[in-house]
Amino acid sequence: MASSTIMASALRKHQKKILGEWVQTLHDDASDSKKARISPQELNAQAEEFLQLLTAVVSSGNPEDSHSAQFKALQDFLEGLSRSRVQQGFSSAETATFIFSFKKPLFAALRTEAGSNADELAQEIWTATKLLDDLGLTTVNTYQRAREEVINRQQQEMLELSTPVVKLWEGILGLPMIGTLDSARTQIVMESLLHKIVETGSEIAIIDITGVPTVDTLVAQHLLKTVTAIRLMGADCIISGVRPQIAQTIVHLGVDLQGVTTKANLADALALALKRTGATLTR
Amino acid sequence: MERIPILRIGDYLLATIQVDMHDQLALQLQEDLTSAIERHTSKGVLIDISALEMVDSFIGRMISDISNMGRILDARTVLVGMQPAVAITLVELGLSLQGVATALNVDRGMAMLRAAPTDE
Repeated sequence: MASSTIMASALRKHQKKILGEWVQTLHDDASDSKKARISPQELNAQAEEFLQLLTAVVSSGNPEDSHSAQFKALQDFLEGLSRSRVQQGFSSAETATFIFSFKKPLFAALRTEAGSNADELAQEIWTATKLLDDLGLTTVNTYQRAREEVINRQQQEMLELSTPVVKLWEGILGLPMIGTLDSARTQIVMESLLHKIVETGSEIAIIDITGVPTVDTLVAQHLLKTVTAIRLMGADCIISGVRPQIAQTIVHLGVDLQGVTTKANLADALALALKRTGATLTR
Repeated sequence: MERIPILRIGDYLLATIQVDMHDQLALQLQEDLTSAIERHTSKGVLIDISALEMVDSFIGRMISDISNMGRILDARTVLVGMQPAVAITLVELGLSLQGVATALNVDRGMAMLRAAPTDE
């Protein structure tokens, strides 16, 4: 395959020059904040490794074959690179620029190598552009995937963190809710609370909604479901921490909270719960 | 034929559902329980469903119906030991069993029956 041999030989012959120019561009383009995140040595090492892997791909004879072992190695390298860029806090554009900035020195080398043969040069530049664009897209894709993974993990952790069921007293459970309630969260909250009730044989559960920023009809619906489920199991439920704004919203929305005991704060709720379990408080 | 045993403890009756309920069984229980209340003139009924792990809308309604029938026959009916999964299912099915007394376990249910004021 004539076309890729020119690129292969250009990469081999002018390796030093291409690398030098490329690294120079990378350094020049880098903003101060970017420099702080990645050291010049690390960037050099990454550039060198990329160049080696690319040379292997081009020398393999068929640079457009995306299933070859060489191509796979190059992709793996880029995926690793994108992931580390995500962790270092680079933007997706900065990550992709790493690949795209390679075009300039490569094209210069190709021009030198092809000489006056314009047809071949055009063909060669097309092949190189296509290859590099593909690689650039790979980095952006991986970058996005890695970011999504981070977001998913954080959501999962938030879910786990946000549903602690605590024992306040013998026979009294407390559930401080923090953050917006949606269906998925309410489901988890409900399940963990109900299981805890069975486990501890508690008669009263206090759901504290001080940390819930807004209550809409859906959230109210979820709360009512939880209260009903608790009642079905034979325990009682008190909702505490109803802020003035939330009380107003609930009434304006026309949500019927009748049959549900509500208290303004956790202290009142606990006092009521203690009274119901037959405990007496003395100062 | 398979039946759910109904035990008599003093003035009270205890029906323990130990197997998965199917429609015929639920109907049979309804029949047996109402006649047992009448025969023993029981003051209270405990229906223990702690071993029940699955409910559908029919069984849910049967449970609710049996409890209400008990009440009409002047026996305080307490549903005890409902599992979390069952409670969630019933709520999702829209069966909130309004007016049915519930307790965490048989012990508590019995205490509830004893504490209940009698009309006489």
